[in-house]
Amino acid sequence: VILRASAVRIEGDDIDTDVLYPGPFLNIEDPEQMREHLFEGLDPGLRDLLVGDTALVVDHNFGSGSSREHVPQAMRASGVRCLVGASFARIFHRNCVNLGLLVVLCPEAVAVARTGSELEIDSDAGRLEVDGQAFAIRPIPSFLLDVIEAGGLVEAARRRSGA
Amino acid sequence: MAHTLAEKILLSHAGVDDVVPGDVVNVRCDVVMLNDISGPLAFQTMQRMGADRVFDRERVVVVPDHFIPAKDARSAELQKRVRDWAEAQGVALYDQGRGGIEHAVLVEEGWIVPGSVVAGGDSHTCTHGALGAFGTGLGSTDVAHCLAFGEFWQVVPETIEVVLRGTRAPFVEGKDVVLAVIDRIGVSGGTGAVLEFGGPAVASLGIDERLAIANMAVEAGSETGLFAGDEVTDAYLAGRARLPYVAERSDPGAAMRDRLEIDLDALPTLVAAPSSPGNVKPLADVLGEPVHQVYVGNCANGTMSDLRQLAEVLRGRSVHPRTRLIVVPASRTIWREALHEGLLDVFSEAGAIVSTPTCGACFGGSNGILAAGETAVATTNRNFRGRMGAAGSQVYLANAYVAGAAAVAGELADPASILGAVTA
Repeated sequence: VILRASAVRIEGDDIDTDVLYPGPFLNIEDPEQMREHLFEGLDPGLRDLLVGDTALVVDHNFGSGSSREHVPQAMRASGVRCLVGASFARIFHRNCVNLGLLVVLCPEAVAVARTGSELEIDSDAGRLEVDGQAFAIRPIPSFLLDVIEAGGLVEAARRRSGA
Repeated sequence: MAHTLAEKILLSHAGVDDVVPGDVVNVRCDVVMLNDISGPLAFQTMQRMGADRVFDRERVVVVPDHFIPAKDARSAELQKRVRDWAEAQGVALYDQGRGGIEHAVLVEEGWIVPGSVVAGGDSHTCTHGALGAFGTGLGSTDVAHCLAFGEFWQVVPETIEVVLRGTRAPFVEGKDVVLAVIDRIGVSGGTGAVLEFGGPAVASLGIDERLAIANMAVEAGSETGLFAGDEVTDAYLAGRARLPYVAERSDPGAAMRDRLEIDLDALPTLVAAPSSPGNVKPLADVLGEPVHQVYVGNCANGTMSDLRQLAEVLRGRSVHPRTRLIVVPASRTIWREALHEGLLDVFSEAGAIVSTPTCGACFGGSNGILAAGETAVATTNRNFRGRMGAAGSQVYLANAYVAGAAAVAGELADPASILGAVTA
C-alpha cells in the first residue's frame, strides 16, 4: 500500500476510546452521524482538522479500552486513511485494520511529525516519509496487509468466499 | 515443544500444525456473543461478507444489555433489531427480564468452558478467561466475520505468568488482585499477551473472584486473563456446562514473556484513582475524599459475592445523606438470589436503589450518570475521564466492601473502620 496524507498530531499516551467517542452516542449506526461525536471527550476541535486524506499521528497505547468500532468508523468517514503511532491498543488496532485503515508503528516518525506534516507511506517497502525525512516502519504481518489492501475485512472475506 | 495454555487453546482451534507468538492464525469460535451495540453494526456487515445465515445457530448468543431497558427511541430501535435478528436466525436470545449483563449470563448459563474460544462484541469478553476459555473482545466487523464464517484472525499472543501466593487479608478481594497486576505492568503492559494466573493461592479464589480478576485483563492491554480449569471450575460447571471440555494447563518450560509474583499477604486494599485503571493507590492514601455516588455492579462485580459484601457493610446502617447508592445485580439469577437472601431489603432499607441488570452507568449509558464535580466509587472496570458522565466527574474503582464503606461514610473510608477488624 502506498499512501499520501496530511498529518494530524494527537498528543498523549493511553488515549481511550471513551474520550474518542463517548458511551452515550453508541446507539448511533450511521458513520456520517458518528463523525459528529468523534473526539467529543478529548477535543472536539480536532474534528475541524480532518480535511482531505488524513493520517492521525499518535503516541503510546492509542485507542485503549472499549471495542466500540464507532471510533474507527467515524475516523474513516472523516477522511482518515492511516494511523501512525508509537503503539496501539489491541482491539482498536484490529478494528482499524478490519476497516481498511493502514496502521503503522513508527515512534521515530511520531517524534518529528506535526499537524500539517505531509506523510508518504509505502508499507511494501517498509518506509514512511515525514516532510521528506525517511523512517523505517515496523514490519506489518502479510495477513494484515492483505486485509488493508483489499479495503478491509468485508472485501477480503468477499474475495476469499468468491461472493 | 512446550506450549502455554493460550497457545494450546489456539492450536486446537486454528487448523495449523504449530503456533508461536506473532503468528497470525484464523481461530474457530465455540461461542460468538453480541449485544445491542455490537450486534446491529455487525448484521449488515455479515451480509456484505456474503452470508445471510450465521455459521452455526447453536453457537451464537445474543444478550442486549448496554442500553437496557431502552433509554430512548434510538436504543429501543437497536434492541428491536437485535431481537428480530435473533429470532430470524434462530439463535439464543437472553432478552430484557430473562438475562442480564452478557458476560454474567454466558457464565451462569454454561456457555463458557475451559479450553473454548469465546469471541465477543465487547472488550470485557476477557472475563471468560476466569473459566479457562480464550475469551476475547472484538469490534463489530470482526463479530460479523465470526457470525458468517465462525472464525476470526488472531495474532498468537505471548503469556505473562502471574503467580499468586499467600493469604488475602480481610477486605482484599479479586478487584484488589487485578489492580495490583495493572499497577505492576501498567495499562499497556499486557499488550500482545495474555495474563495467566496461577500459583498456590489460586485454589482459594472462587469463581466470582476469578471473574473480577479476568474482567480487567483488558485494562492491562491483554487479550484475555486465563485461569486454567481446576476443581473450583469443575464444581461450578457441574450440571451447567453446555459443551464437553478437557481442562489444559501450560506445559512446564513453556516460554513466557514475563513472570510476576503477587504476595497476597502483603497486598493492601487498593483503589484505582481518577482517571485511569492504572492509577492504583492503597485505599489508605485516599481516605476522606467525599463521595456523591456509589455504584455496585458491572459484568464481573455485580455477583452474589459483591452483593453479600455490600450487605455486610450496610446491614443496620444507612447510606450517608450526601451519597446515592445504586446496586446493579449482574443477572436475573443473581437478582433473584439476592432477593431470596434478603439482600435487596437490606439495600433498600439503607437508602440504596436496586436496579435491573444493565451495563447502565458503568459506561455512561444511563441509570446513574454523574454531574461535573461529582465523585463516585464504583466496582466497575474503567474510570476514564467522563466514563460515567460529565467530563468533570471522577470515579474511583474499588471492591464492594470499599464501595459499601464509602456509601455509609459519604467519603472514601476503610471498611474495617465500620465493620471492625474482622477475622477473615
